[in-house]
Amino acid sequence: MANAPSVEPTRRDMLYIATGAAAAVGAASLAWPFISQMSPDASTIAAGAPLDVDLGAIPEGAIVTVKWRGKPIFVRHRTKKEIEEAKNVQVAQLPDPQSDADRVKKPEWLVVIGVCTHLGCIPLGQQGDYEGWFCPCHGSHYDTSGRIRRGPAPKNLEVPAYAFTSDTKLTIG
Amino acid sequence: MSGPSTYVPKSAIGRWFEARLPIAGLIHSSFVAYPTPRNLNYWYTFGGILSLMLVAQIITGIVLVMHYTPHVDHAFNSVEHIMRDVNWGWMLRYTHANGASMFFVAVYIHMLRGLYYGSYKAPREVLWILGVIIYLLMMATGFMGYVLPWGQMSFWGATVITNLFSAIPLVGDSITVWLWGGYSVDNPTLNRFFSLHYLLPFMIAGVVILHVWALHVVGQNNPDGIEVKDVARDTLPFTPYATIKDGFAMVCFMIFFAWWIFYVPNYLGHADNYIEANPLSTPAHIVPEWYYLPFYAILRAIPSKLGGVVAMFSAILVLCFLPWLDTSRVRSAKYRPVYKVFFWIFVVACVGLGYLGAMPAEGGYVLASRLLTVYYFAFFLIVMPLLGLFETPKAVPTSIADAVLKNAQSAKA
Repeated sequence: MANAPSVEPTRRDMLYIATGAAAAVGAASLAWPFISQMSPDASTIAAGAPLDVDLGAIPEGAIVTVKWRGKPIFVRHRTKKEIEEAKNVQVAQLPDPQSDADRVKKPEWLVVIGVCTHLGCIPLGQQGDYEGWFCPCHGSHYDTSGRIRRGPAPKNLEVPAYAFTSDTKLTIG
Repeated sequence: MSGPSTYVPKSAIGRWFEARLPIAGLIHSSFVAYPTPRNLNYWYTFGGILSLMLVAQIITGIVLVMHYTPHVDHAFNSVEHIMRDVNWGWMLRYTHANGASMFFVAVYIHMLRGLYYGSYKAPREVLWILGVIIYLLMMATGFMGYVLPWGQMSFWGATVITNLFSAIPLVGDSITVWLWGGYSVDNPTLNRFFSLHYLLPFMIAGVVILHVWALHVVGQNNPDGIEVKDVARDTLPFTPYATIKDGFAMVCFMIFFAWWIFYVPNYLGHADNYIEANPLSTPAHIVPEWYYLPFYAILRAIPSKLGGVVAMFSAILVLCFLPWLDTSRVRSAKYRPVYKVFFWIFVVACVGLGYLGAMPAEGGYVLASRLLTVYYFAFFLIVMPLLGLFETPKAVPTSIADAVLKNAQSAKA
């Protein structure tokens, strides 16, 4: 083989770059199906379609738990006292500041995902220092608006997308 | 120590084969002629015990898979089917479940041995880091295995641990959904955990081969922490000396293991895991398996979600930096009077964190967890670097042979 350095790119240089580029693009595009298959599949997404809840069956002061997308959804028919407690809060001093009005569409109905924002346990209703929810796993206290007040959870209980489709019907999702 | 073998097979067929694939020579140089320091004590038998435990877990695991059904509707019942219907199924499952605990008992002793005798120090940094990787793989394998019976602790343990990833800013929630393959821990999660639980032990076996390879390149550390200077005076061949010592320790460990299987098979488990998983009911206290408890205590000691997760993972990753955090010239704690004290406080702190991890996260328990978490990190990040500068070590023997002979003389006197 000639060992004098060639200034011009050779055919081997060209093949080297083309092969390398094809291999890189091929590897990246082949990797995608292997990553994407881990995401929720079509049947899981279909099973997560919107869910109707009959509000007529929920008396004042009660919390009803429905299962949607594998998670509990708390539908709470709040009493006057609970609504007052949720409103009379200095919003700026909350760990995750949010006014009660921003978390409900009708004051008597609070709809939240029943999963503690700390590590995903299910909080217990009408318990804790603020009589909203209390998470038994690591001691997070939520108020009657589902807002975190004390404990390790960083955020308020999440409010799912929902709409009042009639006076007595709620659609989640 | 890992050079070409001088082994010559005795038989003609052996020599014919050896010229084509020198595997007998590899085994001979690694496990027969391999020189081991003559001062090794029984703390050095846990590497062999760990290899045995890995084999035991793989064999019992492969057999259990023949009877187990990885589906949320059948998993729990198929485990009960193993317990009640399958011939010897109860024993195979108890062996596998307690085997995981025994594996961790052995690995914690093995790690503390390394920490005490300074086995992570140059030239054994890569050997030590490979060990940390094996430990991480063991934790992942153990966690996924605990999910498979699909009991309450399986489900809620999986929920809590996968939710750790939601602490990652911006992409956390997307990553969690991707890990689950759904909107919560469900059948897709169980299936992928089953697949990975079967895969990871073989990856562990692969890293174990690298770990043993690295060990045989640099040679074993020893209780006096001094390098082999004269192979003839300082070492003994692996067979029969280490073989019989390792074998004896393995049999003793198997008796200990058998006691758990046959007398208290459920002591290390949790009663709630005999209740089928229910996504709408959280157990009063979610407790991980005992071998994760110290890290669980660190997670809960920090009053911030992201901070807790970072602290927990840092508690393991800090081990990788140990070879450079320890500034002492002397390896073994035998000749480090001050380090020895800090080491034993560290052991007590780890056991204490383990206890606190099993207690509810409230009041004095949280305060105690915080104090011990501070000590845990201070041991690595403050004590180790400073002690090397300020401690006056005792005189180290000039050779392994001298250390052994001195012991023999003082025993006679």
